[in-house]
Amino acid sequence: MTRPSLTGLGRWIGRHLILFLGLLVLLYLFAPIFVVILMSFNAPKSKLSYTFDGFTWDNWQHPCRPSGLCDAVGVSLQIGLASTVVATGLGTLMAFAMVRRRFRGRSGTNLFIFLPMASPEIVLGSSLLALFVSAGFGGRLGFWTILIAHVMFCLSFVVVTVKARLTGMDSRLEQAAMDLYANEWQTFWRITFPLVFPGILAAALLSFSLSFDDFIITNLNAGTTVTFPMFVWGSAQRDIPPQINVIGTAMFLLSLVLVLGGELARRRRNARAR
Amino acid sequence: MSALTQLPAATAEKPQRQGRRFTAYLLLLPGGLWLLLFFVVPIVTLLAASLYDPDGSIEAGFSMTWSFHNYVDALADYARPFGRSLWYALLTTAFCLLLGYPLAYAIAFKAGRWKNFLLALVIAPFFTSFLIRTLSWKLLLSDNGFVVDALKAVRILGSDGRLLATTAAVVTGLTYNFLPFMILPLYASLEKIDHRLIEAGGDLFAGPVTTFRTVTLPLSMPGVVAGTLLTFIPAAGDYINAQLLGTPRQRMIGNDIQRLFAAGAYPTAAALSVTLMAAIVVLVLFYVRRAGTEDLV
Repeated sequence: MTRPSLTGLGRWIGRHLILFLGLLVLLYLFAPIFVVILMSFNAPKSKLSYTFDGFTWDNWQHPCRPSGLCDAVGVSLQIGLASTVVATGLGTLMAFAMVRRRFRGRSGTNLFIFLPMASPEIVLGSSLLALFVSAGFGGRLGFWTILIAHVMFCLSFVVVTVKARLTGMDSRLEQAAMDLYANEWQTFWRITFPLVFPGILAAALLSFSLSFDDFIITNLNAGTTVTFPMFVWGSAQRDIPPQINVIGTAMFLLSLVLVLGGELARRRRNARAR
Repeated sequence: MSALTQLPAATAEKPQRQGRRFTAYLLLLPGGLWLLLFFVVPIVTLLAASLYDPDGSIEAGFSMTWSFHNYVDALADYARPFGRSLWYALLTTAFCLLLGYPLAYAIAFKAGRWKNFLLALVIAPFFTSFLIRTLSWKLLLSDNGFVVDALKAVRILGSDGRLLATTAAVVTGLTYNFLPFMILPLYASLEKIDHRLIEAGGDLFAGPVTTFRTVTLPLSMPGVVAGTLLTFIPAAGDYINAQLLGTPRQRMIGNDIQRLFAAGAYPTAAALSVTLMAAIVVLVLFYVRRAGTEDLV
C-alpha cells in the first residue's frame, strides 16, 4: 500500500467502480428534483427570484394562490383522464389484434403504430395544427383538439406496453381453460383479462403522465386553453411562483407512492406464490 | 415507461391463433382510424401546406403553388438553427450513451435485489413535470450556483465563466431530459444477456475491457440502437431546453417552427417541419443500416 490513507469508501469505489458511476448518474437524474422540493418551501423576496430566500410552509397551504394555476391543473387532469380512457381502450384492442391474430399486413401495421412514437413532437404538433387550420377549426382550438392530439400520441405507447405483456403471457393457460370447457367469453374474463390487467394499468399510467406532461404538441393545438405545462411555460417568461414547485413535488411524491406500492404488492404476491 | 424497456424485445412474438382475420380488422379499426385521421392525414396536410403560397393568411386562405420555393427560402434563412439542432441532438445522444451505459450496466449486473428499486428510481423523476425540472436546471447552472462555483474551483471554468445561456447548458438540459429514453432500452437488452457468456470471456483469459468490447457491447447493440434513436429523434425536435437554458444564439429549429406557426406563417413553418422530418428519416435509415439492426419495430 503506497497510500495508507485509502479509506473504506475509497476502497468500495475502487471495487465497485461501475456501480459508483451508475449512482453518480442517478444523482444527476435527481439533482433537479431536490431543487424542486427545496424551492417548494421558498419564500421569495421578489417576483423574479431564482434563489432560495427563506423557508415557509405558506406555498403548501395555499397552492392555488397564483391566479390560473389550479384551473390549468384542472384542465390537464380532465384531458389526462379522458385521453387515458380513450387511448387505453383503443390501444388495448389493437394490441390484442397484433398479438393474438394473424392477418394480412401485420408487420406493416406494426410499423404504422410505431411511427408516431418515432416522430419529433414538433412535427406531430405542427401537422395536426395544419390539419385543424385547413379544416376550418383554426378558431376553435381548445379542449377537443388537445384531446384528439393526446389520444393520438398515447395510442402507440399503449399498444407497445400491452403488447409486451401479452407476448410474455403463457397462452397455454388459456388453452387449458378451453380444455376445461370454458367458452371463449369465460376464458377471456377469468383468465386472459386478469393476466393482462397489469399491462393495461401500466399503459394507462403511462398515457396519463404523457398527456399531463405534454407541452410541445399541446401548445400548438391549444388555442386559448391553458394546461398545466403551458402555465409553467408562461410563468417562466415572467415570474415563477413557488406554488409551481409545490405541484411538481406533489406529483413526484404521488408517483413515488404508486411505484413503491406496486413494487410492494408485487413482492407480497411473489411471497404468497412461493 | 415500461413500454420503452420492452421495445427491443417486442419482435419475437408469434400469433398463436390462426384465422378469424375479420376479428383482427375489427379490433384494429377504431385505433387505426384515429391514427389515420390524426397522424397520417395531418402529415399529408403538412406536406400540402409546405407548398402553399407564403403570401396567404388564415383569414384569406392560402393558394397552392405546387412549387418547392418555400423549401429553398426556408433553408436559406434557417440553415444555421437547423444544423445546430442536429449537432446538439448528436451531442446529446453521445452524452446519454456515455452516462446511460454505466447506470444501465450497474442496474442489470451489479444491483442484485435492488434492481427493480433502482429502475423505479430512474423513472421516478419523470413524473415531475419536465418543464419544472428544466427550470430547476436554470437554478442549478446559474452564475452564483454551486455547480459553477465548483467548476471554477477545479479550474474547468474560468473565473469569468458561466454555464447558463451557453451551449453547455442546453446540451446538459437535453441530456438530462432524454437520458431515461437511453437507459431503459439499454437495460432491457443488457438484462437479457446470459451471464455465462461474460464468465466465458473471463475463462478464455480476456480482460474485463476485452470481454466488454467483444461480448457485452455487441450483445447490447439492439439496446444501443433503440436508445440512440429514442434520444436523437426527440432531441432534434426539442426547443424547450434551448429556450429556457440558452439564448437566441443557441436556438434550435423547433424554436423557429413554433414561432412561425404561432405567427401564422404556415407555409414556411410547414416546409421547415417537413425538412426536419425528412432529415431525421434519412439519418435514421442510414444509421440503422450501418448499425445492422433491422428488427427494431
